[in-house]
Amino acid sequence: MFNQGMSRRHFMSHAAMGGAAVLGANEFLNHLHLNAAEVKKNQKACILVWLGGGAPTIDMWDLKPGSKNGGEFKPISTAGDLQISEHLPEVAKQMDALSVVRSMSTREADHMRGAYFMHSGYVPNPTVVHPTFGSVVSYELGAKRKELEIPSFVSIGGGGMSPGFLGMSHAPFSVNAQGQIQNADMAGVDPARLGARLSMLQSIEDGFIKSDRGDAGQAHKDVYGKAVNLMRSEQMKAFKVSEESPETLASYGGPGFGASMLMARRLVEVGVPFIEVNFPGGWDLHNDVFNTLKNQRLPILDKGIAGLTADLKQRGMIDDVVVICMGEFSRTPRINQNVGRDHWATSWSVMIGGGGLKGGRAIGETNADGDKVVSESYLPGDIWATAAYALRIPLDTVHTSKRGRPMKIAGGGVPIKGLIS
Amino acid sequence: MNRAVMTLMLWCGLWSVAAVPSFGADDKFTTGSSDPLISYINEQIRQGWTDNEIKASPVADDAEWLRRVYLDVAGHVPSGKVLEEFMKDKDPAKRSKLVDTLLADSGYVRNFTTYWTNTLIGRTTPDKTNRGALEKFLRESFAKNRPWNEISYDLLSSEGRFDENGAVNYLLAQLQLDPGSDEYPVEATARSARIFLGLQVQCTQCHNHPFNDWKQNQFWEFYSFFRQMRREDHEVYNAKTGQMDEDYSELVRRDFEGPVYYETRAGLMLVAYPKYFQTEVDQGAETHRRDELAKSITKDDTNKWLARAMVNRMWGHYFANGFTRPIDDMGPHNPASHPELLERLTDEFIKSGYDLKQLTRWICNTEAYNLTSRFNPKNEIDNPANGEVPLFSHMYVKPMQVEQLYESLLVATSADSAGAGSFEASQDQREQMKRQFMQIFGGNDDEDPSVYSGTIPQALLMMNGALVKTATSGDKGSYLNTVLSNPSYKKDPDRIRALYMAALGRIPSSSEQKNLQGMMSQYSNPLDAYQDLYWALLNSNEFIVNR
Repeated sequence: MFNQGMSRRHFMSHAAMGGAAVLGANEFLNHLHLNAAEVKKNQKACILVWLGGGAPTIDMWDLKPGSKNGGEFKPISTAGDLQISEHLPEVAKQMDALSVVRSMSTREADHMRGAYFMHSGYVPNPTVVHPTFGSVVSYELGAKRKELEIPSFVSIGGGGMSPGFLGMSHAPFSVNAQGQIQNADMAGVDPARLGARLSMLQSIEDGFIKSDRGDAGQAHKDVYGKAVNLMRSEQMKAFKVSEESPETLASYGGPGFGASMLMARRLVEVGVPFIEVNFPGGWDLHNDVFNTLKNQRLPILDKGIAGLTADLKQRGMIDDVVVICMGEFSRTPRINQNVGRDHWATSWSVMIGGGGLKGGRAIGETNADGDKVVSESYLPGDIWATAAYALRIPLDTVHTSKRGRPMKIAGGGVPIKGLIS
Repeated sequence: MNRAVMTLMLWCGLWSVAAVPSFGADDKFTTGSSDPLISYINEQIRQGWTDNEIKASPVADDAEWLRRVYLDVAGHVPSGKVLEEFMKDKDPAKRSKLVDTLLADSGYVRNFTTYWTNTLIGRTTPDKTNRGALEKFLRESFAKNRPWNEISYDLLSSEGRFDENGAVNYLLAQLQLDPGSDEYPVEATARSARIFLGLQVQCTQCHNHPFNDWKQNQFWEFYSFFRQMRREDHEVYNAKTGQMDEDYSELVRRDFEGPVYYETRAGLMLVAYPKYFQTEVDQGAETHRRDELAKSITKDDTNKWLARAMVNRMWGHYFANGFTRPIDDMGPHNPASHPELLERLTDEFIKSGYDLKQLTRWICNTEAYNLTSRFNPKNEIDNPANGEVPLFSHMYVKPMQVEQLYESLLVATSADSAGAGSFEASQDQREQMKRQFMQIFGGNDDEDPSVYSGTIPQALLMMNGALVKTATSGDKGSYLNTVLSNPSYKKDPDRIRALYMAALGRIPSSSEQKNLQGMMSQYSNPLDAYQDLYWALLNSNEFIVNR
């Protein structure tokens, strides 16, 4: 059908005039959209918003007006069946989709141990390193997503915890809040040159593999294959929040945390099953807790969580994406002499929603002073079991540690009833 | 190859190449060492081949062996120059002599200081622990070749400030919990048993273990020795910030007497006294329990646990597999692959006065350590990566540790030699590079060091990072530039050979030469071709493993 000498541009101009060709393109695009929708429908994901340092949930999710521990903030009504802090007004509007577990009791009040426990569902143990739950999701869901060319566990703006016995291929892949990946660019080397380099590499690698010295050579080649795929992948655009309109970014609260949350949504859309967003700026508020919260931390958190939730709703993704907001522990109900709150793991709150879980609910209860759980209490394993339930990861999944010991998923936790029925 | 054929080959004069001991696994192989223990080791290992009806792989050629022994002993690859000289050397005892040379090299001290610092406190330094002081203690110990039992005694029994007595940092690193908690010395108990005795006792903290001979009471008896210590952290007022800053920490005696109590799974409270195997010590306040324990372990070496654990660990270091898997789980439930050999080496190690250099000398001069890492059709079952018992009929490939990789890149890119140009000029940049390598390659202390477990960020760092980029830039001072501007490397084959020797520690085969020259002829700019070749060599699987 092509005449020799017919330029591409010439062909395109003809094609553009022909109705059939235009229709074809449209059909193709529609097909793509349908496919994307289909993929989205099946693609469960989890976004963990990590409040490093330990956030005072008594000032956020479980206020105690009238108590000596109550502090300066007032509760406000929400779109759900619970009240939250007046300094989370945008989140309040989205609470129909989000719930709060108010009876966490997690006993680890040291930063490192608490972070380990909350991330893995297991208390630290010298015999074994347990995987952080993002690695579990990467292991269970990421490996099955053949179309995914970028890592299946991304940590934005922070280091992330260990993949433990699941191995380094399920370690969190770290990017900064700008979406920059260390060493992902071969600056100054054009694609053709990269191709030449890689064929030279391949010839050397194949020679070593053929020399029959065990599996390391092939394993190395496989990792390089993945790294090169990543460098060349279209899915890398998911890290480029700059492609979004300024209005969208503004709806998440703008650069910084807002951009990280927006990046998380973009990563979910290309199929990444677990994203951890580290809140910039710590929550270890031993001093001046109320001013720091209302002037700095909470307005940013408010817009980020509300922006994400609204966007997920609007895109029809809210029932597939679990959103969890927590830190390694919370802070003392008692206010100290520096108008701060200290470490506290006995009675605190975790926000969790989306993924088809029940929204708008307060699960569990603390007493009037907030220093005691007065209902059934929950452990991090119960939060992760709830997430696993929403992500359709079977709860009888058992992994095996390096020393052959069976390990239940989510530390043997149980999905929280009030969130699933 | 049976003995008759071998004899025939000898008669036919094939033995004439024996000046270079790279002929093939046979009874006559020697590195040049005359130590009778090495013959004994060789016989024991050979017996395993016979019993399992396998044939060993041939002896590695000089290049393969040299790169291996450099990485294992000195912690980095040999330079191209060293390789060239070693290959030219006609001395039949050159391998045993090289082992001695490496043991006298500063690389040996640096390599084992790194190995032991990582083993004792991990790659990520725990809070309020002075890594530098521990390294200094180890560096001085290895430089003087202090006996292993003396080093162990110091690590187990020392007290004092973490900057003045570096040895205390081993135990300080394990003391990270609330001192009031019963768990406080648990990590120190479990890790000390693993490192110094090769025994995994941690599971018996909570229950008798079905597969472990240690009973729960033994864990708590051992634990009770570690109850008389605690860390003391000192702070100093900072006038500038008005806050207290960390100053120093120390390991101090803690008043403790009497037994400890523990709970069985059935909820029964039981009592345990300070007892190490048959050695019981007075449970009064005057007893310095940790010192008593350290003496039992290192001076009496009750049941030879200390020596046996070290022999197994070092064998594992050189062969990627010890006589047990893992190397630090040597209880009766986990029998050794070569029990007689392990016992004999243990006895000899004790007799030598726990001489660490002597232990390395024995291992590196064995036939098994000198074999190639290539499988042959007759020893495919000898594959510990598939869970088989190691028979040491060929070398097992080891992925480089991050420190070996970094040091090797410095050698292969000559970034460490004086006046090597812009890279060397900037100490800051070098420190920054090293930090990035440690961060990206050194993440998980829990990984099995014998299994390659690379990650995407590691591949990205090697492909696109500053170190490889500088090395392949072709700028003045870069290794590539020194090769291309060297008048003795005028022709392509010479240049390709030089780059192969620097990166892979061997000479390219003629088919590799031909293949690469073909690829490089496609380039319009020859410098680009060389840059890409060196980039590919440094990024290859062959570079990053110790074959």
